[in-house]
Amino acid sequence: MSESPLPLRVTDLTVAYQRRPVLWDIDLEIPGGTLTAVIGPNGAGKSTLIKAVLELIPRTSGRVEFFGQPLASARHRVAYVPQRESVDWDFPVTALDVVTMGLYRQVGWFRRVGARQRATATEALAKVGMDSYAHRQISQLSGGQQQRVFLARALAQDAELYLMDEPFAGVDVKTEQAIVAILKELREAGRTVIVVHHDLHTVRSYFDRVALLNMRIIAAGPVGEVFNDENLQRTYGGRLTLLSDAVEAMASRR
Amino acid sequence: MNEALRVLLLQDYNTRLVVIGTAMLGGAAGLAGTFLMLRKRALLGDAVAHATLPGVVLTFILLALTGGNPRSLPWLLGGAAVFGTLGMLTVVLIRRWSRLKDDTALGIVLSVFFGFGVCLLSIASRLEGVNAAGLSSFIYGKTASMLMIDAVLIGGVALTIVAVVAVFYKELKLLCFDQDFAASQGLPVLALDVVLMGLIVAATVIGLQSVGLILVVALLVIPPAAARCWTHRLNRMLVLSAGIGAASGLFGSALSALAANLPAGAIIVLVAASLFLLSFFVGSERGVLWRLIRRWRLEREVGMQHLLRAVWELAEKEAGPGRIGEGAVGKERLMQVRSWSGKSLDRLVRRAVREDFLTDTPAGLRLTNRGERNAARHVRNHRLWELFLIRHADTAPSRVDRGADLIEHVLDEDLVAELEAELSANGSQVPVPASPHKVVPT
Repeated sequence: MSESPLPLRVTDLTVAYQRRPVLWDIDLEIPGGTLTAVIGPNGAGKSTLIKAVLELIPRTSGRVEFFGQPLASARHRVAYVPQRESVDWDFPVTALDVVTMGLYRQVGWFRRVGARQRATATEALAKVGMDSYAHRQISQLSGGQQQRVFLARALAQDAELYLMDEPFAGVDVKTEQAIVAILKELREAGRTVIVVHHDLHTVRSYFDRVALLNMRIIAAGPVGEVFNDENLQRTYGGRLTLLSDAVEAMASRR
Repeated sequence: MNEALRVLLLQDYNTRLVVIGTAMLGGAAGLAGTFLMLRKRALLGDAVAHATLPGVVLTFILLALTGGNPRSLPWLLGGAAVFGTLGMLTVVLIRRWSRLKDDTALGIVLSVFFGFGVCLLSIASRLEGVNAAGLSSFIYGKTASMLMIDAVLIGGVALTIVAVVAVFYKELKLLCFDQDFAASQGLPVLALDVVLMGLIVAATVIGLQSVGLILVVALLVIPPAAARCWTHRLNRMLVLSAGIGAASGLFGSALSALAANLPAGAIIVLVAASLFLLSFFVGSERGVLWRLIRRWRLEREVGMQHLLRAVWELAEKEAGPGRIGEGAVGKERLMQVRSWSGKSLDRLVRRAVREDFLTDTPAGLRLTNRGERNAARHVRNHRLWELFLIRHADTAPSRVDRGADLIEHVLDEDLVAELEAELSANGSQVPVPASPHKVVPT
């Protein structure tokens, strides 16, 4: 593992809106074949981190390397699952259409989606248990089903590094279990997954690494080493409701 | 009548030009407009259209001063395209460099450019030796003066729009649906946006002469809105939208050729609007009429379920759990269990009697065999769902029509068996009588 370059290495990343920094001097190294949760209070910059890493928003400074290369040359190895709320689910497309969008890059310019891509997309839908909904218009799906469609779109890309923005937000238990199963499968297959996560209770059971973020990286590493009272205190600071959440999370693991 | 026939059969050379030209315009605008609507920028078309006026008039003045032909349509439309693009860029810049929202930026650009155009118009009308009267037709549209070369120009641009949409179909689709994901895939989002905006400018500019700059936005917005009522698939929506746009152009300009006093632009827009109204009411996917009918049917069905269940449960009170005996139920008691009015209950009962669910005896209402079977099924289903929701509230599937969907169709067998066992343990299990003939599950 030490030979092959890290799936993601972030050095000295700063993102600022106007002059107000949202992310400050982020250094982060994600080793291959791991599941990492990015946690932190609301407004800590979790989604911003993912977006800045993927060059979706301009960064003020810093360097990001995927598998030792800049994003432009590693795009085919990276898949992104945006927040579900970021799109209009009334859009006139089917679930299968959405998943196929993950393959447009592979199809290339000036060409139409072919039977091979549709088969790959159907397979990805089956992996998340949504193949029987392939031809449903996406507004007719429940929130959890929509989230699974988004996940399937990333799976169809067959990437090596997956960046997921709040995939567990507002989903039903069945979807949550389906996503967790997929995450573990990906890890078994040696893939790397980074998930923006908001539920402290499940960090320990779902993930093996965690990055605690509040504008800066407070701590990052294996869950057993850094997911502790002290670091949670430092991350969630004086935010009482969240702090009690954190305390509860600590209590539930004892 | 003879005249009408001549127009409709496109026998007149000039009418033929106009009708074919505006139909192509409508089709192209319908295509470009679909993506504009899905990108949620419908009003940008309006700002672009208004911003073209100074371009048209300025070109006219320059041509007049330099001794060119100030009525040359290609030149005038070229000027319009330049200013339309300028207007669009101004919107983008305002949005990017100030904290103003889209609608504000659109309002500023639309009014300022148009105002500038109106000033230029009054300057142009005072120029010596040229007649600027024709210029105002760009505001309201005028089809009568179309020449062969104009029709060829409009047709050429329209075909280019169709070609660009065909070539960039999947990229534009992804851009409109999920911009961030498109960017993460390495798609040049900015360049694609430029392509889309270019389509809008092109469609607007070729619509100036016949529809006019005030109304041309209608051809960008109304056809896709109408098409959306008929389908949930983008490819079909594009075809439909182009078809509706083309039909509006075709019938609108034909009608205005019949009644020479009516402005073509307005007629085209009104034809488009009537197609939209039609789609709005009877469109196969979103038609309001179907939705009302579905709701009315659902209300009737749910009302009947409530009645049968109420009769069954009141009879059960007398006969003991899980049985209804021969008990007849009086209307007064029914009135107490639900919040129905006397009138609505009477209507419901009459319908139940007509459909052979109940018999109205002097002693009260009695379930028929058919009614009992139905009622027992609903009661059982209702109780299972109720229990399920209490026990498993956290995992309850959303969007289940709990009245109509039998629980077996939504939950798996083991879970239903478990719930059944629990019901029988507390004595409220409902045996559903076997049907004498095969019942097709609802």
